Amino acid sequence: MSETPSQEGNGGGGIRGVLTGLGPALIFGILVGLVVVFTIINGTAFFNPENFVNITVDASVLLLLAVGMTFVIITAGIDLSVGAVLVLSSVVAAQVMVALSGTEQQVQNYQFPTQGIGIPAGIAAGLLAGLLCGLGNGFLITRLRMPPFIVTLGTLGIALGTAQILSGGTNVPYVPTAIQSQIGERDLFGFLPVPVLITLLVVIVAWLALHRTSFGRYTFAIGSNVDAARRAGINVDRHLLKVYALSGFLSGLAGIVDLARFNTASVSAHDADNLAAISAVVIGGTSLFGGIGTIVGSVVGTFIPAVLRNGFVIQGVQAFWQQVAIGAVLILAVFIDQRRRSAEERM
Amino acid sequence: MLWWESCSGEEARVEKARDLPGGEPVLRARGIDKSFGAVRVLESVDFEVRPGEVVALIGDNGAGKSTLINVLTGVLRPDSGEIFFEEKRVRFATPHEARERGIETVYQDLAVAPQLDAVSNIFLGREHRRAGILGRLGFLDGSRMRQETEDQLTDLRVRLSSLEKPLSTLSGGQRQGVAVARAVMWASKVVIMDEPTAALGVAQVEMVLDLIRRVRDTGIPVVFISHNMPHVFEVADRISVLRLGEMVAELDPATATTDDAVAAMTGSARGNGEAA
Repeated sequence: MSETPSQEGNGGGGIRGVLTGLGPALIFGILVGLVVVFTIINGTAFFNPENFVNITVDASVLLLLAVGMTFVIITAGIDLSVGAVLVLSSVVAAQVMVALSGTEQQVQNYQFPTQGIGIPAGIAAGLLAGLLCGLGNGFLITRLRMPPFIVTLGTLGIALGTAQILSGGTNVPYVPTAIQSQIGERDLFGFLPVPVLITLLVVIVAWLALHRTSFGRYTFAIGSNVDAARRAGINVDRHLLKVYALSGFLSGLAGIVDLARFNTASVSAHDADNLAAISAVVIGGTSLFGGIGTIVGSVVGTFIPAVLRNGFVIQGVQAFWQQVAIGAVLILAVFIDQRRRSAEERM
Repeated sequence: MLWWESCSGEEARVEKARDLPGGEPVLRARGIDKSFGAVRVLESVDFEVRPGEVVALIGDNGAGKSTLINVLTGVLRPDSGEIFFEEKRVRFATPHEARERGIETVYQDLAVAPQLDAVSNIFLGREHRRAGILGRLGFLDGSRMRQETEDQLTDLRVRLSSLEKPLSTLSGGQRQGVAVARAVMWASKVVIMDEPTAALGVAQVEMVLDLIRRVRDTGIPVVFISHNMPHVFEVADRISVLRLGEMVAELDPATATTDDAVAAMTGSARGNGEAA
């Protein structure tokens, strides 16, 4: 063999090696750096277990969206509808809960005699709404061969509009308080909030699915080279349908968690959730061009804004600075990704 | 390590390919016609692939090489004519059906997923799953796939700088090596390679040509499509020439010259003396 592997492997040299090697480490380093800096500045006001649990609870809804978004973006797709689907799911869930938990008179007096039926039915309805939205996205993208950006921009409007029609444009009132006391603000074993537990389970299952199963393998393959995937016998359309359905379902779950935390379905608090989720995923090293990404990266990418916000609030800095910082980190992450890609293409 | 020592499961198929009596064609096309609208792309084309040979398929741009390959592998359906696989008449409705019979194609551009590593690419769409309930949930048997990939690459003497790195970080030759290894891994009967040496450097071309010989030596015939006459004459046992949709010549590289081949491709008089 006339090829010498040692030269081949490192061909292309320093810049690419540094960027591909440093990309994920750099982002993780930023998160660690933020924790260190806030600890130095704020001491135990920041660095204590209780505060870390708070940060995690705050991040849980966005993390659920980011997990689904990771799969979508690895296929070289995008899902702009996640925030709107979240709102629709929580409105549907809230209204089903209100309707089935007692008579109109009773719920307005905060009595929920049949909440044992109403709450589970509401949760199921919310999850189903999310799943159906995701299936709708996937169907339009694969069967009608439309670009994901346009399809999900359309369903964003449809889902959000539907949610506002259903709720009359206001937050849904009279949601059974048990959902907050039993789920949203309940600590298991005295320290583990239920929203964190739900998110943790989702992250673990998603990590296994993405990195250890054929489902994940196909997700990467489709984003890397859709023709190669097709020629390998992968049913690309069916897989994409599943990926968008997953994103929709997790948006629905995020809607339920949001409903449980705040005891109301808020229709206007999630306008920027889609972009926040995309930012988190991209900051975490997932490539908008497809074929590259990790769940752990998306977790880190979600925690960077969460830690920044928390640290700024404790420090008394205006929270708006968090947005400035996130914008900068996002641009850095995309820069790294582009350099990585163009370095590869020069091979 | 020899091929049949490393993968006992492959033994049967190699022996079978060699045992075919007197070189009966593994794959044979007879009287293939194909038109796209008013354009006649293939006209009563005969073509055959015999066990243990490298048959080169050459022809100018637009001669119908790709169309013929697409007809043989189920991508396109011929307007008329017959295809025989192991002496039985077949109709491949999809490329998948051809692949299931052991006919693998290495495409020149669409071969690999560059962000995936060698193991993932070689097993793409045919992953080994773990035993039991985990396997049914889709969990992959990474160590087994890795081991089989290592064996396969060792057999073909394809050396990669890393099995874990994405193919995009490997050289063009190494990537082509993975694409060929993938095809050979699953081809029990025929490997078709569409311009596998295009866009490769000199050293890498040698590697791929070596690879083609080694595949043939395992008993699996190779159809080698190329524009490059030196490459064709270096590896082919037989050369079929297409011109304007007709099979105009069959050359023996031991006696024919590059000039004969070019003459047959372009339609000047020389080379016709050896037409089939």
